[in-house]
Amino acid sequence: MIGKLDQALRFNETALSLRAQRQQLLASNIANADTPNYKARDIDFTKALKGAMAKPDSLASQAASVTSGALTKTSAAHLSGTTSSNAAAKTGPNGEPLLYRNIKQGNIDGNTVDMDVERNQFADNAIRYEAGLTFISSQIKGLLSAIQGQ
Amino acid sequence: MSLFNIFNVAGSGMSAQAQRLNVVSSNIANADSATSPSGQPYKAKQVIFSAVPMTNPGASGVKVDRVIEDQTPPRMMYDPQHPQANEKGYVAMPNVNVIEEMVNMLSATRSYQTNVETMNSAKTLLLKTLTIGQ
Repeated sequence: MIGKLDQALRFNETALSLRAQRQQLLASNIANADTPNYKARDIDFTKALKGAMAKPDSLASQAASVTSGALTKTSAAHLSGTTSSNAAAKTGPNGEPLLYRNIKQGNIDGNTVDMDVERNQFADNAIRYEAGLTFISSQIKGLLSAIQGQ
Repeated sequence: MSLFNIFNVAGSGMSAQAQRLNVVSSNIANADSATSPSGQPYKAKQVIFSAVPMTNPGASGVKVDRVIEDQTPPRMMYDPQHPQANEKGYVAMPNVNVIEEMVNMLSATRSYQTNVETMNSAKTLLLKTLTIGQ
């Protein structure tokens, strides 16, 4: 039963967690608008959501294994890899690929943050996050009314 | 929870921009300081920002990597009455370009404001998240 509930809420929950992740990336871009050589990063939300939904395991366990960076060792002779999260990380905590934004007007200091684009995306993502909250809320309400049968 | 991390990211941005504003105000205040504890005219200072990785991969905050001194030669001003004047009557004045500093100040202020707005919107989202299922 819990598994079914989890399954029912999984799509909206994954979407919300990806939105939160993207919000954070956009916040980093905005904070680093004046950092020389900083490259603006973003995720392709549609692809990331598809990728996260296609995973057989639940997102939480996947996220835990990716963030801890534990390597699966198939032989005792293998080195235990230590992965440190760095600015040039290739994937986010949910395993989605982190992409670089295309430059429209380059900065002389090598920074590729376009404040207008970032602000626009930040507001857009915030509204979509709120929409996601509304969806999951109404889904929960629907489930509740089904349980109570009133 | 990555939304909480936005506070760290935006907070680091705010403190870096505040430090930049601090350096700008020091430069503007000392635009006419012909001498300093080293005996030389005041030298304009600039902050160098650098991105620091946060715990979440991909997200990075900002820190002030170092503060450098502007190495352009001092501005020479003709004032034979000045106690610091050389034998030709010129005084070495700070290499502060007040116009550049004003632009720097505006830029720092705007960046600070944007970070504050980022933080506010993260706060709104978090508060809305708390109302799920109510």
